[in-house]
Amino acid sequence: MNIAELNKIKETAQAKIAGQQGRVCICAGAGCYSSGAQGVFDATAKALKESGLDKNVQVVPVGCMGACNQGPLVRVEGDDIVYQKVDGAKAGKLIEKHVKNKSVVTDSLLFSQPGLAVPAKSAELPFYKQQTKIVLENCGVINPEDVEEYIAKDGYQALHKALTAMQPEEVIGEVKHSGLRGRGGAGFPTGNKWETVYRHVADQKYVVCNGDEGDPGAFMDRSVLEGDPHRILEGMAIAAYAVGASKGFIYVRGEYPLAIKRLEIAIKQARKLGLLGDNILESGFKFDVDIRIGAGAFVCGEETALLASVEGRRGTPRPRPPFPAEKGLWGKPTLLNNVETYANIAPILNKGAEWYSAIGTPKSTGTKVFALAGAINNTGLIEVPMGTSLRDIIFSIGGGIPGGRKFKAAQTGGPSGGCIPESCLDTKVDYESLMQLGSIMGSGGLIVMDETSCMVKLARYFMEFCMDESCGKCVPCRVGTREMHTLLNKICEGHGTEQDLALLEELAPFCKESSLCALGGSAPNPLLSTLRYFRDEYVAHIVEKRCPAGECKMHGATHLAGVH
Amino acid sequence: MPVTLNRASQIKELTGDDPRAAKVLQAIKLNQRRPDALIQILHTAQGIFGYLPLNVLQFVARELKIAPAQVYGVATFYHFFSLKPKGDHQFVVCTGTACYVKGAGKILDAMERDWGLKPGQTTPDGKLGLEQARCIGACGLAPAVVIDDEVQPKADATKLDQLIQTKTGVTR
Repeated sequence: MNIAELNKIKETAQAKIAGQQGRVCICAGAGCYSSGAQGVFDATAKALKESGLDKNVQVVPVGCMGACNQGPLVRVEGDDIVYQKVDGAKAGKLIEKHVKNKSVVTDSLLFSQPGLAVPAKSAELPFYKQQTKIVLENCGVINPEDVEEYIAKDGYQALHKALTAMQPEEVIGEVKHSGLRGRGGAGFPTGNKWETVYRHVADQKYVVCNGDEGDPGAFMDRSVLEGDPHRILEGMAIAAYAVGASKGFIYVRGEYPLAIKRLEIAIKQARKLGLLGDNILESGFKFDVDIRIGAGAFVCGEETALLASVEGRRGTPRPRPPFPAEKGLWGKPTLLNNVETYANIAPILNKGAEWYSAIGTPKSTGTKVFALAGAINNTGLIEVPMGTSLRDIIFSIGGGIPGGRKFKAAQTGGPSGGCIPESCLDTKVDYESLMQLGSIMGSGGLIVMDETSCMVKLARYFMEFCMDESCGKCVPCRVGTREMHTLLNKICEGHGTEQDLALLEELAPFCKESSLCALGGSAPNPLLSTLRYFRDEYVAHIVEKRCPAGECKMHGATHLAGVH
Repeated sequence: MPVTLNRASQIKELTGDDPRAAKVLQAIKLNQRRPDALIQILHTAQGIFGYLPLNVLQFVARELKIAPAQVYGVATFYHFFSLKPKGDHQFVVCTGTACYVKGAGKILDAMERDWGLKPGQTTPDGKLGLEQARCIGACGLAPAVVIDDEVQPKADATKLDQLIQTKTGVTR
């Protein structure tokens, strides 16, 4: 395929979308799918057919629209109206009332509650209003299983621009200039990484996409892979051109069957159209991608462990240097980036580094996708500019805490991150500020806890996670996490002493500093951050044998039993 | 009876005549017998056999021309692979952070109290197996459980029997 053919597909697809009198988008993200989106899709198609509207109105399955706990969601495009909790019967009613008779069904609008009026247009809802969508711009808009819809949204134009109008150095320069930093958690400047791989001379180089989204409570990468898989393929192809690679791998968790299915479809379509393969867009550039399915090991999110797993081995990390940029897959220079990082590449090339770097903060440019979960009204997927305050994310976009309960802490970064208390809610979210608070940006999971959550038990939960997921290669992590878990367990059960607390504080930095990889290196973070902000809870468990949140069953309570 | 540590001698050899083994072999050939496809092949094999019996591991090792120890090492490293047969129906409790905050622990407690099952165990009749998952990414629907690969949103710990019966027909 050449650019003329690509543009022709673009025009045809755009005309097809514009020519329709309406387009009913059914969210087919994993969340809505589990809530019965397939039934809604079938019922909608049936209702359209029965009312004779099926010639002019198309029903399309799309990716995640964000408001996962209100699903299944249905959006009537053109009118920009989203309906919540749709089922088969409701779908028929929506087609009849809205699509046919053009009257909005107010009691089914997104976020509507009995007795509470909400804006009809979804763009005016607080949930969407404060978001800036770059990574997710196509999620919930296009059919992820149809490459033509992606092409209609300027898909593969950035790849064409890179291949025909830019030298690899220029592509790298643009990415560097945009200020994009790795979205996997550590925040290493993406352009610098690309440059390192580019500079290493080798007969073969690889490009790998890390889709092993292991942090519990994170589902950003899943939603991008499910909602806009071609964006990742395009980003990887551009990266491959820039660093001089011809082969790529996408490593996806085995827990994400839908993402794997959609990626397989996308790769097949891209190969068929000559957007992957031996002569991409007739430029002579060669690149192809294979999927590697993970098998349930958290440590495989660590880069050297992931590469070992791609090679079909046990996913254990190795010491760095040499970094994968120098010696990666099969000893060859390998570029490894996260899903969200690749998703940012095409917009940066299309709209320019200046545009991108104007969004966010000077040191952390662009946007960040967060997965909101836990004790929060609007659980789901959001994208905000870097530098948005946690308060805005949790209370404006997230809708606050349900049941009138009090906010206690926000947990970012999964088992490698920490808990942020109420006093720090006005912190602007970027890589540096979260680090200062003793947490990390992580991949973007943000779990909110209210006053009924015990922070000691939470620290134990994460320590148990790290203990189970430790690969066992190095002693500080293998033994350290086990010992810390034993101590935390003792405290939770009411047998803890002050010496135990002192021992925990001695062990934690040791594990942090001497572990081989980031799993052990960050395993003490939840413990340390809860100790920093919620020390009184530890003390209550130890001295008073009392759990302030009322979550822990205290076996050690003796003379104080019954005192709460 | 003397216990021998030589497990290889106890394995009933699997040959390509077995139709299931033939399918595994097909997957191996599809991957050009590349050792780096080991994990993908084990996924396929587990899909066919339901779990990974030792003779399957031995078969895969032989066909890929790698040491059985390497195959065994990989199969036991990853949580996804099971060397023991699973139940006819699988009940998976997500224990990711969001589900944990929303009460996944109560679901596990109820399964242990009412069904006598801890994660990794199967009922004596082999009908229902219980597992826990790290995070299935359905955090917006916490607490989530998965019954026979179908995600069930917002599971209620007090109504599990009903849910299990509707989805699988299995009763206590």
